[in-house]
Amino acid sequence: MSTPKKVFTKGNEAIAMAAINAGCRYYFGYPITPQNEIPEYMAMHLPATGGEFLQAESEIASINMLIGAAATGARVMTSSSGPGISLMQEGFSYFAGNELPAVVVNMSRQGPGLGGINATQGDYFQSVKGGGHGDYKLIVLAPHTGQELYDLTIKAFEIAEKYRILTLILGDAILGQIKEPIVPWIPEKTAGDPDRDWLITGAKGRDPRLIKSLFLADGEMEKHNWHLQAKYDQIERDDVMVEMVDTDDAELVVVAFGSVARIVKSAIAQVREAGMKVGLVRPITLFPFPRKALYELGGKTKNFLVAEMNTGQMVEDVQLNLPGDCQVDFYGRPGGSVPTPEDLYSIISETYERVS
Amino acid sequence: MKQVFKRPESMTSKPFHFCPGCHHGIVHRLVAEALDHFSLREKTIGVASVGCSVFLYDYFAVDVIEAPHGRAAAVATGTKRVLSDHIVFTYQGDGDLAAIGTAEVIHAANRGDNITIIFVNNSIYGMTGGQMAPTTLLGQRSTTSPYGRDYRRDGYPIKMTEMLAALEGPSLVSRVAVNTPANVKKARKVIRQAFQMQVEGKGFSFVEVLSTCPTNWGVTPQAANDRIAEEMIPYFPLGTLKQKDVIDVL
Repeated sequence: MSTPKKVFTKGNEAIAMAAINAGCRYYFGYPITPQNEIPEYMAMHLPATGGEFLQAESEIASINMLIGAAATGARVMTSSSGPGISLMQEGFSYFAGNELPAVVVNMSRQGPGLGGINATQGDYFQSVKGGGHGDYKLIVLAPHTGQELYDLTIKAFEIAEKYRILTLILGDAILGQIKEPIVPWIPEKTAGDPDRDWLITGAKGRDPRLIKSLFLADGEMEKHNWHLQAKYDQIERDDVMVEMVDTDDAELVVVAFGSVARIVKSAIAQVREAGMKVGLVRPITLFPFPRKALYELGGKTKNFLVAEMNTGQMVEDVQLNLPGDCQVDFYGRPGGSVPTPEDLYSIISETYERVS
Repeated sequence: MKQVFKRPESMTSKPFHFCPGCHHGIVHRLVAEALDHFSLREKTIGVASVGCSVFLYDYFAVDVIEAPHGRAAAVATGTKRVLSDHIVFTYQGDGDLAAIGTAEVIHAANRGDNITIIFVNNSIYGMTGGQMAPTTLLGQRSTTSPYGRDYRRDGYPIKMTEMLAALEGPSLVSRVAVNTPANVKKARKVIRQAFQMQVEGKGFSFVEVLSTCPTNWGVTPQAANDRIAEEMIPYFPLGTLKQKDVIDVL
């Protein structure tokens, strides 16, 4: 077996490369910083695969083109950042109601409003609590390295197809712009099953099919919502991904996701060297949230510190899912600044001194 | 005995839910006849929009995707880009296409996306109960223009056909009516031509059909037909504004 070949690439390009290697052949999108390398890569490389890149007139159009393409069963993707993702929320809701699979990337940028183009985690609530109308969920993946951007993009297509659900990859400007070595790979399966019984392909030799989210008849809407809920329940049972680092002997556990988790890892290496027993819980899926893992850990470790690049969003889910006798501290920096490993070293060691 | 008239194969046998005197039933049939004419039923995908016509999936025997309000053209673009050898059409009302969906239809037209759009203009919001539409005529009363549409407040009725005909992308842009048997015959021909453009790969085709809404206009079906001739056609003149023979290819 030959040694896997490393490539040196930007996070955004890693996503685009992974998408094409996962069989994505159609991309619809609209330019916005800091994710432009994704559409640019797609525009350059999709035509050679027999696929198509189309620059839409808006993110509203992009997400709706994605609906039309996803209904055929093709692997399809779009990407954007905060303001564009806000415009897509209507479409996200229709994806949920219509039960269509697709992958969307949010290389989030600071808000509210036009905000700034640097890293933030201010879109956590928007990603995991809805954002569009109705009672629905997306699968939300939160990578923290270039390699993980690549791997989770492939995972995103597979899981979207498995559940007929929209899968969101939540990154930020750090992850999109960081350049590092990754090892690309090609999954076994690069297309969905052409025999799926809901695909819109023209009613040749079969009854016509319908993709819809309108349910007016008595009882139909509730039935549909219970059906969706059963799917979300199954995802919560079967598809949680979480990384636990040094939690076995930890007297303080930091909970962080995405780029902040990576900075926390550096800080924890330093505090460990200084003899402090600190661990990390890194949710890789933000929905489904690692509720069970946190609850179980809360049975033996009582002190938690949530670190986020926002003023307090995931911390609510951490508080909600830990046993009541756990202490949860929060360190947050709003969009506009990125905490350094030194900042986190200070806050972690101060918290540790206080609680241990 | 020779059968001289029957339900098109592209239609189901489900009775229409439309109000008496509404033109949707006629327009549905003309679209189905065009699909039958080119034997397209099994390779056609309809995109339903939001409004009274959302239920077209009950009446057309084809695969259907229901689009969010105003977004039918973008949904159709996505479908057509994947299934380029299929026929994709949208069927949209004036609120859906000419208000909330204006950007989507203009850009689909400008790209020359090889889809067909049937635009039913009845100058009012039907399904929500008679509110002012972008095509509501000056002076026309609706539930949200109770004193009549005033251009100083509401602007003018929008002429989508004229706007789209100004673009390079479309292969066919036409306005028809179905208020008289003679107009139905002309409309049948133009709708057929619109699908022919798509079959031949000539790009975006668009047919605006002036239509009644007796219920929300508060008139009888006959008076509604008369209003098309007396009030709507003078402002929204019938005719084909653009028809391409060929499109440029890269």
